[in-house]
Amino acid sequence: MPDQTTSDAPYADPMVPDLLPITLRRKELDDTFTIELDPGKPGFHFQPGQFNMLYVFGVGEVPISISGDPANPGKLVHTIRNVGAVTDALSKLKKGDQVGVRGPFGSAWPVIEADGHDVVIIAGGIGLAPLRPAIEHVLANREHFGRFVILYGARSPEDVLYMKQLQQWRGRLDTYVDVTVDHADRSWAGNVGVVPRLIERADFDPHHTKVMICGPEIMMRFTIKELVQRGMEKDDIFVSMERNMKCAIGHCGHCQFGGKFICKDGPVFAYSQIEDLLQVRGL
Amino acid sequence: MVKVDGLDKLLAEHPFFDGMDESYRKTLAGCARNERFKPGEMIAQEGKPAERFYFIRTGAVSLEFHVPGHDGLVLETLHDGDIFGWSWMVEPYEWSYDICALELTRVISLDGACLRKKLKKDHALGFELYSRFMPVMAKRLYRTRQQLTDMFAKK
Ligand SMILES: Cc1cc2nc3c(=O)[nH]c(=O)nc-3n(C[C@H](O)[C@H](O)[C@H](O)COP(=O)(O)OP(=O)(O)OC[C@H]3O[C@@H](n4cnc5c(N)ncnc54)[C@H](O)[C@@H]3O)c2cc1C
Ligand code: FES
Repeated sequence: MPDQTTSDAPYADPMVPDLLPITLRRKELDDTFTIELDPGKPGFHFQPGQFNMLYVFGVGEVPISISGDPANPGKLVHTIRNVGAVTDALSKLKKGDQVGVRGPFGSAWPVIEADGHDVVIIAGGIGLAPLRPAIEHVLANREHFGRFVILYGARSPEDVLYMKQLQQWRGRLDTYVDVTVDHADRSWAGNVGVVPRLIERADFDPHHTKVMICGPEIMMRFTIKELVQRGMEKDDIFVSMERNMKCAIGHCGHCQFGGKFICKDGPVFAYSQIEDLLQVRGL
Repeated sequence: MVKVDGLDKLLAEHPFFDGMDESYRKTLAGCARNERFKPGEMIAQEGKPAERFYFIRTGAVSLEFHVPGHDGLVLETLHDGDIFGWSWMVEPYEWSYDICALELTRVISLDGACLRKKLKKDHALGFELYSRFMPVMAKRLYRTRQQLTDMFAKK
């Protein structure tokens, strides 16, 4: 598999997918599933935040973040929500079936720059999947970071992704995890309300923190507003943007977002880089 | 007056009163009461008279809507440092939702009728209280809208 950003050797052809077998398939939620692929290449690695293009032949190709542990790249993990033609075709594949894969592409979460800082992860819905590699990295190198906060919001208790893992992370004494849902009945013992509410209660130093956010754009906008009010610098807030993609290497212009290409300049941007674009209506 | 002094101290610890003139706080403490609710205890019920206004010291409560066929739809949970209950301000002074303690919850509550009387007499105190109240209400309205957008937007 070609490695766009981390290998010295230029890849042969980033437009030609490798055929990789599905080694494991797991249902996460009613509309969300995880597949694991064998990259089949010694030395393959990725950075937290990067994505692959997954190709179902005869149907099409979609960008999907790598949601596994970057320290264990031999398990190429993707968590996918079934929203349309390609993701639906992916949802029907079984263990042993093959998927066309190009990647990894794109920029990474700033886990290296965050060394020595507090780290706050804020995710909405399926946005927890692209952030999981960053969480795994911080937990595996816990002594390098200050306070570690994970805030997660889902629509309802039934939509909470990676519930078991959230519980495991919450069980650690060195990690603060808070989860909220938009609506619930009384059987849900947790928080109800939007994600920005969780920020108020979390303990971190706004002048010495890197925040990484992934979720619906509207959630990211409200969340950023709250963080800026708390005194955070726009350079310390990072977001992952989603746009439809075709080439994933900055050639076709499909993912253009103002003057930036999400596929190669992103998907992870510092908020200061894209603030103006996020304010533009209809972009 | 020992009791009021004790309540004033508790009010002073709540973030709602940060920076408030001591004399105002002491006046308000005259309408205050210290209360605690057990997990599962109903604090307020939709349609019932709204006689009090609450400051959570520690604990958690849920704001719930009664939806036919449902076991109480939770709209929001509130925690330490939050406030709830503004129906005492607006006629007909009735609760517009249910409020239930989720865990052992300690609050200071203010008596609505007592407050209205004091605010009518002292407009400066009224202005001070409303200026602290309105941003909380506005923020909650804004967040409710975010929540609705989240719940009903397709993406
Ligand atoms: C960098 C990047 C990383 C991504 N990572 C993930 C990931 O880890 N997991 C994941 O499930 N998805 C991820 N996505 C989103 C994923 O690429 C899209 O959901 C997918 O392209 C939809 O393709 P489709 O053919 O199934 O749906 P289409 O047929 O293209 O769309 C069907 C319907 O779904 C809507 N739709 C399209 N995209 C989205 C979306 N992102 N969210 C909600 N509705 C959408 C469309 O508006 C349309 O109404 C990522 C996208 C990008 C750009
Ligand atoms: S997908 Fe082609 S330029 Fe980004």
